[in-house]
Amino acid sequence: MPTHDLVIVGGGPAGLTAGLYAARARMDVVLLERLSPGGQVLTTDMVENWPGDVEGVSGFDLADRMRDHALKFGLEIKSAEINKLSADGDVKVLTTPDGDIRTKAVVLAVGAQPRKLGVPGEDLLIGKGVSYCGTCDGPFYREQTVVCFGGGDTAAEECVFLTRFAKKVYLVHRRDELRAAGILAERVMNNPKIEVLWSQVPLEIKGENKVEAVRLKKLKDGEEYDLPCDGAFVFVGTSPNTDFLQGVVDMDRQGFIICDRDQHTSMNGVFAAGDCCSKLLRQIVVAAGEGAVATYAAQRYLEEVHE
Amino acid sequence: MSDNVLQVSDDNFEAEILSSESPALVDFWASWCGPCRAIAPVVEELAEKYAGKLKVAKLNVDESPKTPGQYGIRAIPTLILFKDGKVADQITGAVSKSHLEAAIDKQLG
Repeated sequence: MPTHDLVIVGGGPAGLTAGLYAARARMDVVLLERLSPGGQVLTTDMVENWPGDVEGVSGFDLADRMRDHALKFGLEIKSAEINKLSADGDVKVLTTPDGDIRTKAVVLAVGAQPRKLGVPGEDLLIGKGVSYCGTCDGPFYREQTVVCFGGGDTAAEECVFLTRFAKKVYLVHRRDELRAAGILAERVMNNPKIEVLWSQVPLEIKGENKVEAVRLKKLKDGEEYDLPCDGAFVFVGTSPNTDFLQGVVDMDRQGFIICDRDQHTSMNGVFAAGDCCSKLLRQIVVAAGEGAVATYAAQRYLEEVHE
Repeated sequence: MSDNVLQVSDDNFEAEILSSESPALVDFWASWCGPCRAIAPVVEELAEKYAGKLKVAKLNVDESPKTPGQYGIRAIPTLILFKDGKVADQITGAVSKSHLEAAIDKQLG
């Protein structure tokens, strides 16, 4: 079985940029993706902070362009699901249901997915009123009332997006100010359809076969009450897709991969990039930058260790 | 688009899916939905893998709103496995191929 120079796991902005740089460096590289390329960008309506795209770019278009850009320089993209990463001397072995893939270096760009609230009722009502994607499910809530949870950029953007469909959007936030970027917070505050419920937390999502209400608690005085609604949208951060790496590379308490400034993980020859990494800011531009660094660092590693 | 994936609508849902002799997997999707697009190649791979044993179909919820309404679908992608005209399993979100295979294998026995 051939041993690749580099295998990139994941086809979001970090992985596709890593792949672009590796293809241009003429490395023997393959990118493995379990779904179709794009990652979480595919759940973004408009990307307004990708430098150079002054008018904004739709998430779909940006994902397509990143994929096409990497393909143009000869990147091979394959459909595969990785269950395990292990080492065989200096060679890394990636295990898939269809067999092992051997490589000298790895870039883990496995991304993250929306985090759950972790309250009763949530799991039971997923797809029946509980959603983690406003751009996907907003159109099901025309002229209805929805409750959103969160206070960051995603929560702010998605709340505003949902006002295109819903007649009323409540935003429940545990603090008394939003963490979202200023321009996004302004859009929330200026939107007449959005009402922010400050300093409140969810206790339960209620409903038999569909969401009927959320039970909330006011942190200031401890009062609990039911807020009737048709949908509950959860935007409380992300959780990394790193379960299969547990005990293999060092992670922080939430499971995000710890890397150095060159994106090197605790495992020799294994690099990580994008939203799966432990860091301050998860954005497309950061993911792309880290993808480029990871590939370059992998190249340097190959020159030093494998030549 | 794979030839193995059938396109169904409100008009032929009963004939193609509910009256189907073999179990059927229906992918409820829409053009605006990113995770629907992410999971599309997986659905095609499944159609190929289970050809002859499982009918694999897609239903566009924009063009055919009645059927998703009947099944209370409020998030997409939702994949429903039908057996003898009844819902045998229901999965929401862009899950992995192995997750779907496990659900299908359980119904096919």
